[in-house]
Amino acid sequence: MNTQIQPLLSVRDLKTYFMMDEGVVKAVDGVTFDVNSGQVFGIVGESGCGKSVTMKAVLRIVEPPGKIVHGEILLNCKTKDGDCQVVDLAQLDANGAQMRSIRGAEIALIPQEPMSSFSPVHTIGDQIIEAIMLHQPVNKREARQIALQMLKDVGIPMPEQRLDEYSWQLSGGLRQRAIIAMALSCNPRLLIADEPTTAVDVTTQAQVLRLLRNLQQQRNAAIIFITHDLGVIAQMASYVMVMYLGLVVEQGPVDDIFHAPKHPYTQALLRSIPSVNSTPRVELPTISGSIPHPFNKPKGCPFHPRCVKSMPGKCDVRTPALLPVGEKQWVSCFLYHDSEAAA
Amino acid sequence: MMNSDTTPLLQVKNLHKYFPIRTGFFRKTVGNVRAVDDVSFFVNEGETLGLVGESGCGKTTTSRCILRAMAPTSGEMLFRTQEGQTVDLAKLDRRELRPLRPQMQMIFQDPYGSLNPRMTLFDIVGEPLLVNGMTNRKEREERVAELLRLVGMRPEYMQRFPHAFSGGQRQRIGIARALSVNPRLVVADEPVSALDVSVQAQILNLMLDLQKRLNLTYLFVAHNLSVVKHICDRVAVMYVGKLVEMADTEELYHSPKHPYTAALMAAVPVADPRINSGNVELKGEVPSPAHPPSGCYFHPRCEFVMDACRTETPVLREITSNHFVACHRADELKLPGIA
Repeated sequence: MNTQIQPLLSVRDLKTYFMMDEGVVKAVDGVTFDVNSGQVFGIVGESGCGKSVTMKAVLRIVEPPGKIVHGEILLNCKTKDGDCQVVDLAQLDANGAQMRSIRGAEIALIPQEPMSSFSPVHTIGDQIIEAIMLHQPVNKREARQIALQMLKDVGIPMPEQRLDEYSWQLSGGLRQRAIIAMALSCNPRLLIADEPTTAVDVTTQAQVLRLLRNLQQQRNAAIIFITHDLGVIAQMASYVMVMYLGLVVEQGPVDDIFHAPKHPYTQALLRSIPSVNSTPRVELPTISGSIPHPFNKPKGCPFHPRCVKSMPGKCDVRTPALLPVGEKQWVSCFLYHDSEAAA
Repeated sequence: MMNSDTTPLLQVKNLHKYFPIRTGFFRKTVGNVRAVDDVSFFVNEGETLGLVGESGCGKTTTSRCILRAMAPTSGEMLFRTQEGQTVDLAKLDRRELRPLRPQMQMIFQDPYGSLNPRMTLFDIVGEPLLVNGMTNRKEREERVAELLRLVGMRPEYMQRFPHAFSGGQRQRIGIARALSVNPRLVVADEPVSALDVSVQAQILNLMLDLQKRLNLTYLFVAHNLSVVKHICDRVAVMYVGKLVEMADTEELYHSPKHPYTAALMAAVPVADPRINSGNVELKGEVPSPAHPPSGCYFHPRCEFVMDACRTETPVLREITSNHFVACHRADELKLPGIA
């Protein structure tokens, strides 16, 4: 990681809990990471690992009863006169003017479901124009020109016509592009893509991935790419963070994560996915058991009940801290060090 | 491979399923959505045939026609019954289908939507048994316990409701229900796509294991090419209602003969950052099955298009042993597969 440059986004010990009647769900329980400009930062994890909640916390759109209970979300903002200023998003009023001016303009989101993300009763154009006029000092005609250019940039054929169509008139691939056009319309410096290709087919996925890669190179924006598809992460990300039950188990450069995984969960996850290169009809190595329910989160290391290298008396009692192992990787596992996470 | 008989278990010939488009006051038919358009294939006993394609290509409609959840517009579906007779499923009516239904079962995609939340596991897994005449409760309990053990669940769970179980466990329950009546053909429509990655492998291993133990025949419908490669003996590729290619799994992945199959293979991102993959993209959009292009349905997106492709529809033909392709240029093209 480059320590010379101030990171664009720096999340420090973020904890987001959901206060339910039945108890507290610790969806994100102490997550720390840095994202630099121009970087594609991949977050991998299975359902319930807290990857989406982390991103909702960054955007400050965690729905009640969810709450950020601890931690800092430091965003390197540009002020009007071009200076750099660090803002702690966790301290801002979620509905206040400053947060609203950051959300959509500085940080944009590409949501998972292109179908439910657009309003079906407004045209695509109206929705993109609304976002542009909110964040940029332009009139409606200029905003329409920007929207048109955006649709062209993301490769939508006949953009003039599409602008006046409704989301349900578009195919899945076009709808996903229109969402990307909307997210990029205000030139965000940080783009959060939450499973942008899970709802589309492989051929459309290839189109969307190439589009994101091109846009990132042209605009030098940072992309946080959330997915459970390890193939997509391997091809897109330069730095990867692996999460399990609200905690970061491992992070490091993409090549190290895939070729020298340290944490037993990362190792098992990589072994258990079927690949197009593997031999057909051979039994896959699996991770035994299933992901625990968030109410019955295991004590100690959250992965220990499913871990083959679990050490009784250690892993089931204390939670390991995330510490550097080797040159670039960070791992939270007692196999590599003996430090406990701060409670 | 178990292959006691040389005739396939299921032989589909020229299957068509059109959905009429009706409009106006008199609901006049103005056109047809050609969901399944002249599809022919066969499934041998004891093997797994994968059916892949993008959404809307007709793979689910095909599987539903075979199970006779819907009646096909035309075509034949020859099924070899347990008694050794061959019947055409397309021609049978409801009453005639009843005795055949236990032999063909289905595993559903969404384990959250396919189990009734108000029924216990005993009711869910035991219902097909009750419907098929096992009226003795004691007998049914024993069979359900046996089935739960078969899919790797504890029989004590029998009185619990589905909400108490995770996605992977629910899919096991769905498999136990499908297997309760000793089917010979199991249609699995995207059985693992709703599950977490670490659980997918468990279910795939279970399906492989059950196939060996019970000599099941699977028709495996999916869009994930890695999963299909892992579980299938042979794979059939569909595009806009038509079957474009069918071959043995290794053969299809290593040397695809249809440009569409090759494009699908090239679009899959490989889980290794050192291998550059998944960046070859197909131009354009999938055409609507209501207004398919002339000639070969793939010609507007195909980089090897020639004049004949625009006018003549290619027929599915066997170019090498067990490798079927519907492409005019299949003999001359050298297409890259997955190494």
